[in-house]
Amino acid sequence: MTRKQRRLTLIGSAGVVLAVALGLILFALNDQIVFFQSPTDITQKSIPQGQRIRLGGLVEEDSVVRSDNAQVSFRVTDTANVIDVTYKGILPDLFREGQGVVTEGVIGPDGVFVADSVLAKHDENYMPKEVAEALKDQGHWQGGEEPESQ
Amino acid sequence: MVVEFGHYALVLAFALTLVQSVVPLWGALTKDERLMAVATPVSVVMFLLVLASFGALTIAYLNSDFSVLNVVQNSHSAKPLLYKFTGVWGNHEGSMLLWVLILVFFGALVGVFGGNLPSDLKAATLTVQGWVTAGFVLFLLATSNPFARVAHPPIEGADLNPILQDIGLAIHPPLLYIGYVGFSITFSFAVAALILGRIDAAWARWVRPWTLLAWCFLTLGIAMGSYWAYYELGWGGWWFWDPVENASFMPWLAGTALLHSAIVMEKREALKVWTVLLAIFTFSLSLLGTFLVRSGVLTSVHAFATDPARGVFILTLLCIFIGGSLALYAWRAPMLKQGGIFAPISREGGLVLNNLFLTAATAAVFVGTLYPLVLDAITGEKISVGAPFFNLTFGPLMIPLLIAVPYGPVLSWKRGDLLAATQRLYAAMGLALVMTLFTFWLWGMEKVLAPLGVGLAVWVMAGAISEIVTRVKFFEIGPKRGFARLWGLPGSAWGTAVAHFGVGVTVLGIVTASAFQVEHIVTMRPGDKVEVSGYEVTFDGAAPRRGPNYTEEVGHFTVRRDGAYVTELDPSKRVYTARQMPTTEAGIHTIGFSQLYLSLGEGRGDGAVDVRVYFKPLITLIWIGSVIMSLGALFSMADRRLRIGAPKPAARRKTASLAPAE
Repeated sequence: MTRKQRRLTLIGSAGVVLAVALGLILFALNDQIVFFQSPTDITQKSIPQGQRIRLGGLVEEDSVVRSDNAQVSFRVTDTANVIDVTYKGILPDLFREGQGVVTEGVIGPDGVFVADSVLAKHDENYMPKEVAEALKDQGHWQGGEEPESQ
Repeated sequence: MVVEFGHYALVLAFALTLVQSVVPLWGALTKDERLMAVATPVSVVMFLLVLASFGALTIAYLNSDFSVLNVVQNSHSAKPLLYKFTGVWGNHEGSMLLWVLILVFFGALVGVFGGNLPSDLKAATLTVQGWVTAGFVLFLLATSNPFARVAHPPIEGADLNPILQDIGLAIHPPLLYIGYVGFSITFSFAVAALILGRIDAAWARWVRPWTLLAWCFLTLGIAMGSYWAYYELGWGGWWFWDPVENASFMPWLAGTALLHSAIVMEKREALKVWTVLLAIFTFSLSLLGTFLVRSGVLTSVHAFATDPARGVFILTLLCIFIGGSLALYAWRAPMLKQGGIFAPISREGGLVLNNLFLTAATAAVFVGTLYPLVLDAITGEKISVGAPFFNLTFGPLMIPLLIAVPYGPVLSWKRGDLLAATQRLYAAMGLALVMTLFTFWLWGMEKVLAPLGVGLAVWVMAGAISEIVTRVKFFEIGPKRGFARLWGLPGSAWGTAVAHFGVGVTVLGIVTASAFQVEHIVTMRPGDKVEVSGYEVTFDGAAPRRGPNYTEEVGHFTVRRDGAYVTELDPSKRVYTARQMPTTEAGIHTIGFSQLYLSLGEGRGDGAVDVRVYFKPLITLIWIGSVIMSLGALFSMADRRLRIGAPKPAARRKTASLAPAE
């Protein structure tokens, strides 16, 4: 093989690998990302059933009901609209009524959001950024400034 | 007083970084040996000053000096001594001080042990290191001063985030930082070489031990971080593709590519331009990681406080260093002479393939990590990119790479023979096939991918062993001479084999722990039993207990197998008094390489409690494999040809050419 052919082989194989990587990335970005929605978004937009979304808001006071086999149901609110959520599993340490929460899952046929993960937050005062903004949209954010994580 | 002394030492260190930033390079460019000689003592004194500064902050923490703002915000007098010490870097300011300490430590190492470097390269390298140091010391002094006092000292501090009150904080950050920041040396070498316009095989030989050192610690740091998250967060997961994890994983991937391309450069003088670029990229990714974690654009346990000024400052530093070095690269790299040529099927070709896949994988992680941030900044749309994205992009890129791993070391330089290489790997292939079929037989057809993954892992492990064994012709010459020859193999050959074996071990752990994990989430009352993978777990009841700065509710469980007692586990739910913050402490029992993992949910009041019970087959292999990989790096560093302070390169080249041409 001449020097030129060798170089072409090298560039060609680099091109193939990068093209494959790019294809995978684009495909995954199209398919595997999850959009954040507030209860108002869900009520107003029609989100196709079975599409994975992230739902965030405040856990409504007195809405948490625990039943056997670690089943939990609660309601997530952005003060304008409310969505029912069910979850099987152990809630994160900092899950509390009246506090911010982000859950991920799909909307069931009965309109109840079936979460398969409820996000753990690392700090007691922490308000998820998305939730803070969703609350601001409803004009109910009393924090004034952006929330700080400490 | 001590606190002011620490602050003053830091200011002095900054003054010295300015000297370092100008004088040695000036000497290198004007060929003035006296100016170049300034670099070494300055680098050492700088290290001592930052060390003194760090010591002062440590004393403030140990004495619970609540007149220092940083101590007030992050410590508590009732905190156990170990956490008072580790709490020094369990906050933004302190961790940045540790960052700088390691930065100047590496500078001093090059100063002291770089005696065999050409004086101009050493001077220029220390100058570049001085630039980075100047930037970060200024960052500390201007935006993150750990020595700020409070006007009215409170009686008690706010305590350290409970999640950080763990032995993990003593291990994970220092290891990770040594790795992260260690890549600054390769960066400095690369930029210095570009400034001086001279890069050759000797350069690669000088740079490789530093890369190996940084890589070794980064590997350990990431692995320990993963294990810490696994037992501390109570979720039983060991990797979440969280942006903060990715921030440390990207320099690791790029650094792994750099390690491999530096071999080609050292042995064959090829891939020079590429290796220098990788050296720049690797440290740039470390800087990007620091920015992501420290600026507050991400919210996680690592982002201690959000202050826009800090983010802007680090972003500016990031742009100066990355932009500057890439501009320098664009200007100078075309002047570098190209080295040896090679056929596509050759050791070089294999290493190029490794680099291709590793950089492509780095790019995939990069996109997945930054895309949500960029999209949010531009459109305000909130998305999350989670595990499915990375499994779909990163996974497929790793498979061909892992298949190729055993081939690399058995191909010869310049022109390799694929058939001959395959023949040397027959045994490994056979073993991999047997293990694949065995896993199919064990688990049936329900999980098709997992047995293939097991086969792949075995292939990598067995390939590493068979390379060493066939290299010394162990079975042809008999065990006695065989062992003697194995003993005589160069450190780098052992390093390759051990590190590759470690990769296989980690892959095996990942595949089995992900595919064959058994999970039960149940509500249990005292006396209830749950069965998991042949183990019977009985809940005996829960009782309160009091710790030094927390109270906890401990669940007591007895584990039996076929009626025989195995162990008792005490997972608990803690509440730290100062912050009223709950945490989960998992109960873990290790059986061989597998683990039984119990974590508690919230109690129900009537004595019932939610429990997560996991059986995680072979999960510890994930971390054991990482430790083996770092061992491989140590073996490689111990290689005579790379040893710091080894004879001059000219003499070394002669001995190298006497070694059998591989």
